[in-house]
Amino acid sequence: MTPLAGYLLVAALLFAIGLAGALTRRNAILVLIGIELMLNAANLNLIAFWRYGPHPEALTGMMFAIFSIAVAAAEAAVGLGLVISIHRHTRSTDLDSMNRMKG
Amino acid sequence: MSLAFYLIVALTVAGAVAAVTLRNTVHCALALSVAFAGIALLFLELDAQFAGFAQILIYIGAVAILIVFAIMLTRSSDTPATGVFSKSWLAGLAIAAAVFAVLGWAVLRTAPMLPHDSAAPVVTVQQIGAALMGRYVLPLEIVALLLTAALIGAVIVAMHEKAGAK
Amino acid sequence: MQETISFTPQLGASAVTQLLWLIPAVPIVASGVIALFKQPLRRMSSALAIGSLSFSLLLSMFAFAHVVSGWIGGNAVRETVNFTWIQVGTSHVDLGWVLDPLSAVMLVMVTLVGLLIFIYSTGYMAHDENYTRFFCFLSLFAGAMLAVVIANSLLLLFMGWELVGLTSYLLIGFWYQKPSAAAAAKKAFITTRIGDIFFLLGIVWLFAQTGTLLFYNGGAGSMEAAALAGLLTQPAALGLTAAGAIGLLIFCGAAGKSGQFPLHVWLPDAMEGPTPVSALIHAATMVAAGVYLIARVYPLMQAGALAGGSTTALTVVTWVGASTAVFAALIAVAQNDIKRILAYSTVSQLGYMMAGLGMGGVAVGMFHLITHAFFKALLFMGAGSVIHGCHEEQDIRKMGGLKSDMPVTFLTYTIGMLALCGFPLLFSGFWSKDGILEAAQHWSVAKAPFYMLVFGALLTAFYMMRQVAYVFTGHWRGHKPAHESPAVMTVPLAILAFFAIALGVIGTPLWPWFRAFLNGQAASFDLHGFSEPGLLTLMLTSSVVVFIGLGLGWRMYVGRAPAADEPDALEKAMPTVWGWLRDKFFIDELYGATFIAFYWFWARVADWLDRRVWGGIVSGVARLTAAWARLNRFLDTYWVDGSFDKGCEELATGGGLLSRVESGRVQTYLRLLAVGVVLLAAILIWSSRG
Repeated sequence: MTPLAGYLLVAALLFAIGLAGALTRRNAILVLIGIELMLNAANLNLIAFWRYGPHPEALTGMMFAIFSIAVAAAEAAVGLGLVISIHRHTRSTDLDSMNRMKG
Repeated sequence: MSLAFYLIVALTVAGAVAAVTLRNTVHCALALSVAFAGIALLFLELDAQFAGFAQILIYIGAVAILIVFAIMLTRSSDTPATGVFSKSWLAGLAIAAAVFAVLGWAVLRTAPMLPHDSAAPVVTVQQIGAALMGRYVLPLEIVALLLTAALIGAVIVAMHEKAGAK
Repeated sequence: MQETISFTPQLGASAVTQLLWLIPAVPIVASGVIALFKQPLRRMSSALAIGSLSFSLLLSMFAFAHVVSGWIGGNAVRETVNFTWIQVGTSHVDLGWVLDPLSAVMLVMVTLVGLLIFIYSTGYMAHDENYTRFFCFLSLFAGAMLAVVIANSLLLLFMGWELVGLTSYLLIGFWYQKPSAAAAAKKAFITTRIGDIFFLLGIVWLFAQTGTLLFYNGGAGSMEAAALAGLLTQPAALGLTAAGAIGLLIFCGAAGKSGQFPLHVWLPDAMEGPTPVSALIHAATMVAAGVYLIARVYPLMQAGALAGGSTTALTVVTWVGASTAVFAALIAVAQNDIKRILAYSTVSQLGYMMAGLGMGGVAVGMFHLITHAFFKALLFMGAGSVIHGCHEEQDIRKMGGLKSDMPVTFLTYTIGMLALCGFPLLFSGFWSKDGILEAAQHWSVAKAPFYMLVFGALLTAFYMMRQVAYVFTGHWRGHKPAHESPAVMTVPLAILAFFAIALGVIGTPLWPWFRAFLNGQAASFDLHGFSEPGLLTLMLTSSVVVFIGLGLGWRMYVGRAPAADEPDALEKAMPTVWGWLRDKFFIDELYGATFIAFYWFWARVADWLDRRVWGGIVSGVARLTAAWARLNRFLDTYWVDGSFDKGCEELATGGGLLSRVESGRVQTYLRLLAVGVVLLAAILIWSSRG
């Protein structure tokens, strides 16, 4: 198997692990952790394709990944702010009990 | 696929698994940091040095700390009695496995078509800077704006309300 | 003596004849206009009625003058105006009117007597609240009767006939709140209807046989030689020819309208109507319509008679007339209601007229009709005056001594009474009745009618004397004092009294003007008229009979002054016979037990049929419909509604199930997203292989 395929598989595995965490954990922060893992897996995908794709000197993949990191950081900040705000209201971070939108 | 590759992958995967399965939330955050580090090493392996260091700086240095802060601020004195996993954790696991299966299937199907090996690119920071200031200046400015907005937004969201619950 | 009538046929109609239709039309239009009035327009309604009839009188007198001038000039006038009413293929039904001596004299009589009675009514009905309605009906009657008189078509005559019957019903039942008046009106209508059925059969048969209903149509009419010859050759049942049979059928209608036995029962009851109605309709005009009808179709009745002989139809007419004359006179002897006596007297006199027609021909019967119209109207109006003066009392046993309280009425009433009795020489009734007796004496078929009619004259004198004695002589037996009637009522009385005397002049053998006029011959003033064999003897005989009758009545009733509730002198003498006479020979009871009972039985059967059978069917259908409706409701509730409700329930359940997707939990949504991604990716990958 080519190196690229190997990296892609790793990225897919990390993505799946992150998804599993986001889908199964009760704590809201751990869901965010899972999301961060998914983002990182995507970044890995991007860099891998940059490295083994055509024209790596165009830096497209690298730029994409850097910007992705920046956006992920911003998103993490906002998301955690939200979790804190929710915690202030409901005194818990249990996602299972947050079903006010049930309908 | 050198030995270093497999070792780093093992580290990263272990860290990721630990991050989503540990009971103690702080331990999860720390494991996450290990995973981040592993990914950074993988970036270095892929000759994306800038991305790797940016990963370490930002993810491990800021995001992980941020997560720890958040954990601290939302800590309740007792661990939940009913467990850390949701009632239907098996469904979520199954779905994640399905996602991995699909992605893996896509990769393996196209594996023969993927380029086998290519020369390592040489990328200097100057090149990256020139690209940022040149071709990618618009996304740069937009990201700057985004970060500003996120900053302000996070502050507003997390701020104490005037007459609310204090 | 019977004389054959021959007119020179005249096809062109003069101006008067062209306008003849106005004579009935104007009163009918006046009636229609009055019908639109409201009650307060009383004076206007009577003025309109009187005005319209005056116009008709004027026009009738013009017509009469035209016919007389023609007669003087030697032309027998018979002018017709005919027109086609309905045309179906080749056959057509015509209507038309005729002006000849017969219709001319009848027109003048009807309009004159009618006008006098109209004027009288304004006084008599002055206090009645339905004054306007009265004059509306009276005017309608006048128009209809005049239509009967001028009709040249049997169909138009029949239409007027029916209308006259209708107005008679309306006027008899004028005070309809009285049950007796309503019943009398119905009785009149139904009884005359029975006669009219046969009349209609005769009309239809005549139309079928001759193809026309016109009387005179320039040689093609049904009363003219060609048609009559055709009818004579057609045999009908019982040895009659078609002419005889049709004549008898038409006579049935006349018998109903003119109150001949056995259809006389309605006339006495018709006295329930106001007295002017009795005077006009049931004395002078409507009941005379039957006699007029026979006079009109006389050529038909007489067809096939040998010279000096008679036909079956005319024989039947004579016998019926003669028996009715005696029958009614007998009943009149025992009546105590002033109007009922006069009613039976009218029936009796109509019998005389019919007998006169049967034995003596048109002129004889018509002369008595004309004179009778005047003096009977006079008598009825006098009776009305008496009733009015005695404060609506009608029982003669409760009157008396009125000759001093109501002198004008007494005088005119006596003149009328003497005319009716046939008091010799001075009064018109004598001459007209003698004409009939003379014809009876020379009748070829039998002599019995003569003796019957003489006996009838005796009875007539007797009961009239009885009536006058009870009402005008003796002392007053009533409660409140009587008073004379106003001038508007007594002046017509005087005028009629004048005619009751004067009309005799035109019918004496000295100058038989009337007979000659009607028969289209010249008349001359001839002293030798009295020298006919047997004529003087006859006049003497009838005078003696009249005197006997008057004398008997005088002896029994004048000066005896019976009290109000004492039995009658004759009753004391012959109580059982008196009982029969007073109860009208139980004819009404006989009819009640036979025809009416028969009718009631079938009416009950029909009622049962209607209620049980038809009603049962209807309610059965209703029940069926209700059951069907209930079934539908059941189906609707359980099937339709049930299925609909079930569907809605399923929908709700489905909705409930689907809403579980909205758990409100983020992770659920995430999972669904991931599943969607997996599916999408799988599809993409799968579709891109190869």
